[in-house]
Amino acid sequence: MTRYVLGRVAQAVGVLWAAYTVTFAVLYLLPSDPVALQLGAAGIETDKLSPSQLDAAMARYDLDRPVLEQYLTHLWNALHGDFGMSISKQVPVTDLLVDRIGATAALSLLAGTLSLIGGFALAYSASYLRWRPARLLLSRLPSVGASFPQFFVGLLLIQVFAFNLAWFPATGTDGFSSLVLPAVTISLLTSSVLAQVLMRSFDETLRQPYIVTARAKGLSRAAVQWKHAFRNAALPAMTILGVVVGLTVTSAIVTETVFSRNGIGKLAQEAVIAQDVPVVLAIVTFAAALFVVVNLVVDLLYPLLDPRIVHVQKVSR
Amino acid sequence: MSILNPRPGRTSTSGLERAVDEALLSEAVIDDGDLGGRRANLRAAVGTLARKPGFVLALVFTIFVVLTAFVPSWFAGHDPYATSPSDRLLSPSLSHPFGTDEIGRDLWSRVVHGSALTIKATIIALAIAIVAGLTLGVVSGFFGGIVDALIMRAVDVLLAIPSLLFALAIVTALGFGTVPVAIAVGIGIIPGFARTTRAEVLRVKTLPYVEAARAGGASWLRVLVRHVLPNSWGPVAVLAVLDTGVAIIAIASLSFLGFGAAPPAAEWGTLISAGRNFLITAPWVPLLPGLFVAAVVLSLNHISKTFQELAR
Repeated sequence: MTRYVLGRVAQAVGVLWAAYTVTFAVLYLLPSDPVALQLGAAGIETDKLSPSQLDAAMARYDLDRPVLEQYLTHLWNALHGDFGMSISKQVPVTDLLVDRIGATAALSLLAGTLSLIGGFALAYSASYLRWRPARLLLSRLPSVGASFPQFFVGLLLIQVFAFNLAWFPATGTDGFSSLVLPAVTISLLTSSVLAQVLMRSFDETLRQPYIVTARAKGLSRAAVQWKHAFRNAALPAMTILGVVVGLTVTSAIVTETVFSRNGIGKLAQEAVIAQDVPVVLAIVTFAAALFVVVNLVVDLLYPLLDPRIVHVQKVSR
Repeated sequence: MSILNPRPGRTSTSGLERAVDEALLSEAVIDDGDLGGRRANLRAAVGTLARKPGFVLALVFTIFVVLTAFVPSWFAGHDPYATSPSDRLLSPSLSHPFGTDEIGRDLWSRVVHGSALTIKATIIALAIAIVAGLTLGVVSGFFGGIVDALIMRAVDVLLAIPSLLFALAIVTALGFGTVPVAIAVGIGIIPGFARTTRAEVLRVKTLPYVEAARAGGASWLRVLVRHVLPNSWGPVAVLAVLDTGVAIIAIASLSFLGFGAAPPAAEWGTLISAGRNFLITAPWVPLLPGLFVAAVVLSLNHISKTFQELAR
């Protein structure tokens, strides 16, 4: 078991390192002129500089050194939590991230809670109802929910609940009330994904022989579904937790832009518009780290929640 | 009264079911390479699909949208760039089905001309994803061993970076515009194709007829091209339809964020983003184009779901 844990942790670290390296390669090797790209972000037009001025500017942003050396320095600093300076804002990237993370964390937590409630409620009612048309309707809902682009959902919610009904503020970062509409926008997508997986899992579980046995013992339908089916069916949904977290982070980019919230997502949008390479690299790395850590925790917790996993491994070895 | 009896309809349905059963049966009995068995199966499948109104509607709408992308002038009555200051922010009417924007341009024409950019970006993205994903998946699944391990680890790494964020990194490096956005989105959906193709190739590779072909003296390449590929593209095709919707949302989102084509040309996302400022005075300016995008994605998802159900 210790070996499994250590191996799994090493794999996670490896994936994270590779993700950082791939993103670094895309940002520093792909542009036709990385120097012009970065100096442009700092508001310096490379054409107008004399050769000596250009050298000075390049030295200032460490662009005069070989790419490999730049990469090793960046990686070493990133390991110490230093992602360099934002070129367009002239502030350390880490400070920017720390500044903005609160707003995004609050949004993600509320969105996560809403999508858990929504996803489970939808999947449970779809398996509980017996009337076929209602079941069919409910089973179709997740794919409908996943079809609506988030910018459209966000604008629609603003139009209805901010402008027409005036229940919530349309934009802004202050207070709980400004959190509701963006969180609903994100959770519409994530709860749809969750409900899709749960519904499949429910259907499979309800066909198991032990469900028939439980019913034959005289348990009511509700008791069987709650005590026997629900807990077993909910377990596989844990495996997509990483995907849901990833979706929430990417959804924050569009959602925070629509609702003008000062979070990491808005920061990402601004950084790309300004072609601020260090900020983009830091945000992509942060999101990848989040995804890798969530998957690691799920993988390590899963055998504790479902002992069959460990038994299978023991047999196979 | 007997004419109104629902029985004839029901007999024809059960007749259809029998046809499907027969087709399935013949598929099982006749060798997979036999064309007769396959055609009967295909005919039954088309028959089943033609009876699903939702599917037909989704298909017709999708074909319509693809047509607007290639011949926008057939569907747009106005010039998408012609301004008309006296007609600013008109609400939807017969001559302007989606209304007009802040400088009097006809929004319907702008949406139709926007599909030219968005659909072409989608096609580029899908082409990248399918070619790269199919190649990686086939190589990985067919050769196995260390090649397989290397490719699959690379895919794991790509999957660890949320695809929209990776697309942002690529757009930062390549610059803005329809083509960079398309490339970024295409690269983001490669891993899914690689994994699905690999799984299918692995499944088909172990089937008896592949072994028989090898035993019959066919080279690995011939087995791959003639036997493995034609039998493993089904799930990949379903994924392609599903990912078309995903790609359209991603492309529209990236252009909504401001990374798409430069004005006055406008992709769907750009149109909606530009219309945001008029949400309070003229809600149709951002909302109707948004509804159009949603309808396209919904249709594609419905088509892919129907295919999946049919395959089951």
